[in-house]
Amino acid sequence: MWEVFKKEIRSFLGSFIAYIVMGVFLAITGLFMWIIKGNNVLDLGVASLQVMFNIAPYILIFLVSAITMRSLSEERRLGTIEILTTRPVSDLSILLGKYLAAVALIVFTLLPTLFYYYTIQQLADPLQGTDAGATWGSYFGLILLAASYASIGLFASSLTDNQIVSLIISMVLCFFWYGVLSLLGDIKALDAIGKSLEWFSLDFHYQSISRGVLDTRDVIYFFGFIAAFLGATKIAFESRKW
Amino acid sequence: MSIQVNNLSKKYGQQLALDSISFSIPSGAVVGFLGPNGAGKSTTMKILTGYIPATTGNASVCKLDLAEHSLEVRKLVGYLPEHNPLYLDMYITEYLLFAAGIAGVKNTKKALEMAIELTQLGPERNKKIGQLSKGYRQRVGLAQALIHDPKVLILDEPTSGLDPNQVVEIRNVIKNLGSEKTVLLSTHIMQEVEAMCNRVILINKGKIIADDTLEGLKNTAPSDSLETIFRNLTSHVGSI
Repeated sequence: MWEVFKKEIRSFLGSFIAYIVMGVFLAITGLFMWIIKGNNVLDLGVASLQVMFNIAPYILIFLVSAITMRSLSEERRLGTIEILTTRPVSDLSILLGKYLAAVALIVFTLLPTLFYYYTIQQLADPLQGTDAGATWGSYFGLILLAASYASIGLFASSLTDNQIVSLIISMVLCFFWYGVLSLLGDIKALDAIGKSLEWFSLDFHYQSISRGVLDTRDVIYFFGFIAAFLGATKIAFESRKW
Repeated sequence: MSIQVNNLSKKYGQQLALDSISFSIPSGAVVGFLGPNGAGKSTTMKILTGYIPATTGNASVCKLDLAEHSLEVRKLVGYLPEHNPLYLDMYITEYLLFAAGIAGVKNTKKALEMAIELTQLGPERNKKIGQLSKGYRQRVGLAQALIHDPKVLILDEPTSGLDPNQVVEIRNVIKNLGSEKTVLLSTHIMQEVEAMCNRVILINKGKIIADDTLEGLKNTAPSDSLETIFRNLTSHVGSI
C-alpha cells in the first residue's frame, strides 16, 4: 500500500498537479477572504474564517476531482493496471494507497490557510479573541468533506479510462451529494421527505461539525460515506474479473 | 512442474476464448506459445498471472494453485504484458525501484542493480522512460518483470515492434534468462521460436493443436519450413 502511496505522491509533485491545486486553492480563498468587496473579513469586521469555510466546499469539488481524475483511469489507459494488479499486492491496498495519497495532498493544501487563522487572531478584539472551537471544527469538517470528495473521485476514475469523463462524473456526483441534496430540504412542498433527504447530504454534516460541536453521528456518517464509495470503487475496479 | 494447466476455459460474455486447454511446463524450460492473433495466447497468460480468473478449470505455478494462493503465486511470477505498458513520465530507476517495492523485494537497491545488469540498461539508466527508444523501453519492461528474481517469467510478445537489431538483443537477454528460469513467451513469429525456445505450444481458436519440441514439430513435415507448418496447422480450409 505504501509503495503505491509514495508513487502517487511523487507523481503529484512531478506533474505539478500538487502545486497547481495548492496555488489555485490559496488564490481563490485568499481573494474571497481579503479582497473581493462585500463579504470579505475587513468589510464585515468579523474575526472568523467563515468566508473561507463557505466557499471552500465548492472550490474543492473542482480541485479534488482534478486530483483524483487520473488515478485509476490513467492506469487503465496506459495498461499499467495489468502490472499493478499482477504484483503481490491486493486490489484493496492499491486503492487505499491511491486514496490516501489524494487525501494527504488535500490536507497539505489546507495547511497554508492556517496563516489566515493567525492573521484573524491578530486582528481580533483582544478581549474576545476568535472562536477556536468553531475554527478547528470547521477544519476537521472540511478535511472529512474533502476526503469524501476524494472517495467519489476515485470511484469516478475507476469507471472510465478517459480522464475528462472521470473529472465530469466526479464533479457531478460531488455537487449532487453536497449541494443538490441539501437544497431539497429547503423545498417546502417536499416537507418531511426533503428534510430526511437533506440528512443524507454532505453539507448537512459539514455544517453540523463546523459549529464546533463534535457529534459522533456526523463523523460516522462521513466514514460510512467514504467506505461506501471505496467499496463501490473496489467493485468497479474488479470488473475485469467478471 | 513449474506451470500446470488443467482443462482451462475462459468465456468473455458469450465468446469462448479458451476451450479446455491443458499443458504442463517443467522448470528451466523456455516454451514458445505460438498462434495467430486472437488465438487465446494473451488470455492464457492473463489467467496465469492472476489478472483475470478462469471460467472453469484450474492452473498452478510451482505447485501453488492460482485461485487459492493468488498472492504467493504472484511473488513467483514475472510478467511482461502485451504492448509493454510503462509510466512514461517516470525515471527508469524510479520506476524499477517502485516495481521492486510492490513485488515485495526487501533490498530494492540490490534488485535494481541486478535487473539493470541483466537487461543491460546501464548506459540509459538516468533517463526518463518517455525518452527511450522502443528497444530500451522493452528492456525496462523486462527489467520490471524480473526485478524480484521470479522463478517463472511470462512474456507476452516481448519482441513485437522492434527493429531487427533490437529483436536479436532482446532474444539474447531472454535466452540468458532461460538458463535459470522457466520462461513462457508468446509470439506469432516462427523465427522467434527457433531462436529461443526448446518447446512449442501451438494454439488456435482457444484450442491447443500441437505441443511438441521444435524437432518434433519439424519432423511432422520434414520437407516444409516451420512457417509452412504453422500456416497449415492454423489456417482452415474455407476460412479464406
